[in-house]
Amino acid sequence: MLEITVDDVDDLATGAAVLGSGGGGDTYIPTLMAVEAITHHGPVRVAHPAELDPEGLILPLGAMGAPIALVEKFFSGREYQAALSVLEQHLGRAGVGVMPSEVAGSAALLPVTAAAALGLPVVDGDTMRRAFPKLEMTQLGLARIPASPMVLVDVKGNTVLITGSDNEDVERLSRAAAAEMGMIAIAAAYPITAGQIDEFAIPGSLTYCLELGRRIRGIDPGQPDSYVELLEDFDGRVIFTGKVGEVHRRNGRRGPLGTFTLEHLHAPDRVMRVDFQSENLVAIEDGVPIVTVPDLISLVDLETGNPLSTDLLDYGHRVHVLALPAHERWHTSDGIALVGPRAFGYDLDYVPFGTTS
Amino acid sequence: MNAVRIGIDVGGTNTDAVVMDSNGSVLAWQKVATTPGRLDGITEALTAVLTGVEGQLVNQVMVGTTHPADALRSPQHLGRVGVLRIGAPATLSVPPFTRWPAALVEPVAGPVAVIGGGHEHDGREINPLDVDAVREFARSCEGAVDSIAVIGVTSPVNTDHERRAAAIIRDHLGDEVAITQGHEISGIGLLERENSAILNGSLITLHRTMIDGLFRILAERGLSPDLYLTQNDGTLMSAGQAARRPVLMIGSGPTNSMRGAAHLSGLKDAIVVDVGGTSTDVGLLVDGFPRISALPVEIGGVRTNYRMPDLISAGFGADSSPQPGPANVAKRLTALADRIKASRGELPLVAVGGGAHLVPDRIDGVSEVLRPESVQVANAIGAATAEASGVVDQIFVYDNSTRESCLAYARERAEEEAVLAGADPARVRITKLIEVPLTYMAGSSARVLVQAQGPLPARM
Repeated sequence: MLEITVDDVDDLATGAAVLGSGGGGDTYIPTLMAVEAITHHGPVRVAHPAELDPEGLILPLGAMGAPIALVEKFFSGREYQAALSVLEQHLGRAGVGVMPSEVAGSAALLPVTAAAALGLPVVDGDTMRRAFPKLEMTQLGLARIPASPMVLVDVKGNTVLITGSDNEDVERLSRAAAAEMGMIAIAAAYPITAGQIDEFAIPGSLTYCLELGRRIRGIDPGQPDSYVELLEDFDGRVIFTGKVGEVHRRNGRRGPLGTFTLEHLHAPDRVMRVDFQSENLVAIEDGVPIVTVPDLISLVDLETGNPLSTDLLDYGHRVHVLALPAHERWHTSDGIALVGPRAFGYDLDYVPFGTTS
Repeated sequence: MNAVRIGIDVGGTNTDAVVMDSNGSVLAWQKVATTPGRLDGITEALTAVLTGVEGQLVNQVMVGTTHPADALRSPQHLGRVGVLRIGAPATLSVPPFTRWPAALVEPVAGPVAVIGGGHEHDGREINPLDVDAVREFARSCEGAVDSIAVIGVTSPVNTDHERRAAAIIRDHLGDEVAITQGHEISGIGLLERENSAILNGSLITLHRTMIDGLFRILAERGLSPDLYLTQNDGTLMSAGQAARRPVLMIGSGPTNSMRGAAHLSGLKDAIVVDVGGTSTDVGLLVDGFPRISALPVEIGGVRTNYRMPDLISAGFGADSSPQPGPANVAKRLTALADRIKASRGELPLVAVGGGAHLVPDRIDGVSEVLRPESVQVANAIGAATAEASGVVDQIFVYDNSTRESCLAYARERAEEEAVLAGADPARVRITKLIEVPLTYMAGSSARVLVQAQGPLPARM
């Protein structure tokens, strides 16, 4: 039986930071929350979907709002019970497990914390195996499973239940509620049954995240080519090694927008530009897109190997740019339509992973 | 007659003092060995540089010191701190002292309470302050602590609950128990601010003794200057205010040395190599200030949100044995200079510190090596030429007003804070404005950090 103990939390956090692809929210506070919860309630059982009652209610859990708000006003630890109770009552079914909404950034750790507090297993799966900024950008959304009923809970214990007609409406209403709840709330959307996970979610993504984090933390970042073996195993590659030059950030019509450039450390005439919003989305070298969303573009610090989020990036940072393929379920034409470069406003076609180097 | 000021830097190995005139020229300097109690070394250095200087001309003394950092390495001298966090039920999932080294918790941790209250990012209350719980906490601290730390959720935006709780505690415990309020010493980041407030509380008695000693040494020489201490970011704080905020003084050495290098060389953008007794620090000056590390620093193994200069350290110094040869030093500095530079172009390099002579004249990737006069006491010169500053670090939702009015408000407040800290109102300027749009927010909102800075007014 696989369990998550306090010793696994840092691995999970590192994997989640890489899968956050520059976004997903800082993992520091959620890491402490998870360690506290596991210390208090004991290790969390990781359940394969097939081990659970196929009709049992699964609580896909994450946070909604600005992750930065967590550094000041983080959760009490009582929010999960409120979210579960509201959904159980509304649906008339008992919860059998907690699933991460995304195994990326803070949202990979909160469900572990919740599972510890609720005495439920955490499901080995999620809805995207990376981070995306919108509620409808999930595999469940792609499969036309409704995001509602959705529950938001704030630190005071206020709950908001949204039953919306389509996922875009639920996205809009829930984001407004989260802003009013002091910029951050625990969110449970897309309530599904354990039996739906294999077909519609991404099974195995929690252990994928743990393994990725364990391998990244095991690397000696000072050694040349230290990422080669790991990236072969994850079908990824290092697309650039350079110093951050210019970083431009601004507020666009729909949220944050930015670009940064990298100057190659060893080849003076090579320059890369990365366009980001809440996550890194497009990497371009010499005017040619090399990697595009939904595939992952993640930065790790050259010396420490620590993953770097877009809001921490600063000029002079020396980084490796890692590219990892998105889960194959995103590589369908419907998947690309929902989360490809054009869905983020870039006038670019998706570049199939591995076709450029 | 022209007024003069004195810069003093108390390092782990050496204590440096320098006398400068109002034009920034060095009139005298002295380097002596740091003594265990610090004050004897300061007295010796001061006596030496004051020879031939008329006492009444000394109108400002600026001191940079590492003694709070040293105190954390011998925790038996630290004070015990009662901790009141205001924010429950928010934040209950992670208690105070989480991830602290056991060796510090044992002597420092007093009674701890997490009580109702705190504010949202926009300043409105999450819950009203639980005044009964404040009183109960105060009672639990009677006779049990040396000082108190009070930390409210989002106190950098709204100080009300911290202030009111501090007043209630003072009513119970009297003025002898110092109270550190989170908003006085740190910005956004509750746990980091709490950690800093607790560290501050544990150092406060020791630090007061040090500052009283400084005043006494000056008075014994018939001097009555304005006394300032340099903070971690290299800016000044008056001794009166600094006495209550030792944690802000904990790591000013590297910043002072780099600011001293900027002053002496007249360069705004340069690599600075500080060769000390046993180690060498390499940093980067950008527009006259040290480039600051992107990641927060730990103090005594405790996470804070102070930013310090981004330095690369190498394990050789003036007292290394065997002394590395010039070719070896050149090779190592070439690699370090390349690492610290933000871009490929050549930059000048300023060598400072007691071992500045070890830096060779030719280094690849470096346009020119400068060793200005008095570089041996660059830290003290950095202290003497430091300015006063004010910082605002806050989340703004532009949709509620406009971006322009939010930025104008932040600028104004930073300037006000700088003037309060002692800057000349006529010469305050904005030295830093960082605006980071918030991720995962639909509307327009940003974390805005503004720093304003200005020289002290010339005093005749």
